[in-house]
Amino acid sequence: MSIRVHVDVVSAEELIFSGQTDFAVFPGEAGELGIYPRHTPLLTRIKPGTVRLKIPDSNEYELVYVSGGMLEVQPALITVLADTAIRAHDLDEAKAMEAKRRAEEALKDRSSDVGLATAEAELAQAVAQLQAIKKLRSRH
Amino acid sequence: MPSGKEIRNKIKSVESTRKITKAMEMVAASKMRKAQERMRAARPYGEKIRQVAGNLSHALTDYRHPFLTVRPQVKAVGLIAVTSDKGLCGGLNTNVLRLALGKMKEWDAEGKTLRVTAIGNRGLGFMQRAGAHVVSHLTGLGDTPHLEKLIGPVKVQLDAYMKGEIDILYIAFTRFINTMKQEPTLYQLLPLSGDLVGGEGNRWDYIYEPDAKTVIDDLLVRYVEAMIYQSVAENMASEQSARMVAMKSASDNAKNVIGELKLVYNKARQAAITQELSEIVAGAAAV
Repeated sequence: MSIRVHVDVVSAEELIFSGQTDFAVFPGEAGELGIYPRHTPLLTRIKPGTVRLKIPDSNEYELVYVSGGMLEVQPALITVLADTAIRAHDLDEAKAMEAKRRAEEALKDRSSDVGLATAEAELAQAVAQLQAIKKLRSRH
Repeated sequence: MPSGKEIRNKIKSVESTRKITKAMEMVAASKMRKAQERMRAARPYGEKIRQVAGNLSHALTDYRHPFLTVRPQVKAVGLIAVTSDKGLCGGLNTNVLRLALGKMKEWDAEGKTLRVTAIGNRGLGFMQRAGAHVVSHLTGLGDTPHLEKLIGPVKVQLDAYMKGEIDILYIAFTRFINTMKQEPTLYQLLPLSGDLVGGEGNRWDYIYEPDAKTVIDDLLVRYVEAMIYQSVAENMASEQSARMVAMKSASDNAKNVIGELKLVYNKARQAAITQELSEIVAGAAAV
């Protein structure tokens, strides 16, 4: 039996893979990383791509697609923290800007926003009343 | 005493209300199961990333990230309030917002400024009415929390923390304990504290690629996001189970009301029959 290492591939939304392997290939940011068991501790980012995990005692590979994330290697344990979203610095920045802009807009017309909420509630009430009246009419 | 027809109509209307609440109860029950599964599915990631971040703080790094350093003086506070988008879920949102409001008053009394991120429609409306400074918000999440949507609003707070605009970041949400019990919770997100930092140091360090700073920055941001995601997922499970319980009690109440109304209806019917009979008897006696 060959030396093995435990691999966990997890994303924020689910556990993608958990099992043993004796050789694994990861799409590292600087290039492909081939990892054997008892590798020295390593922490790096990985690119979107396919993680290849060799199934022990066979020549087959288990393929897992990840959309980027982090890779932590310890001598007896490999952890892939996969991203669920496509991440890039600019993209995150854009999202934050967008969120800020929306908040500012909401702040600017705060009074009208509250008014809107009240109006919405009133509208919902009016619709419910109308429906109730309709039902009553159809019954009699 | 109301006439028979009036009571009959009332019974009908309560019955149709009961049908609606019953349907909502069943919908909430099935959604709750899914929300619980999602909450559990998110756990391994949180645990793993906690382990890695723990290793990192133990490893001998010369780079100290701002997320890990406690600031001596807290002048400004950030708060992420997680609530539901929709109502009809009992005291779920009220409880968590009351908890948040209590803290907000405390901070205000201590002269600390506050920046709020509202996740969920209910919290947003409340914070705006309360006059809090809402820096970002997120509504219309639907039934599944998507990390992708959370990134932007959360980054606003993280950036503020990095720039020193806030010195401490809290999150308020409803912790899911079981179907019958949910608990409003407020805990400190940043700076990362407690079990993560401290403990005995390891005598080894990672190899970082491309370099320690970028990797640690990325990792810690993901760590915080994972914790927020977990909170949102728990809040959703809490929301559905709270709604299920609320709708169940509404259905039960409707059932009771119907029972009482039927009793009144039968009494009225019997009284009418008795009256009619006595009128006939009295009429016959007169003849």
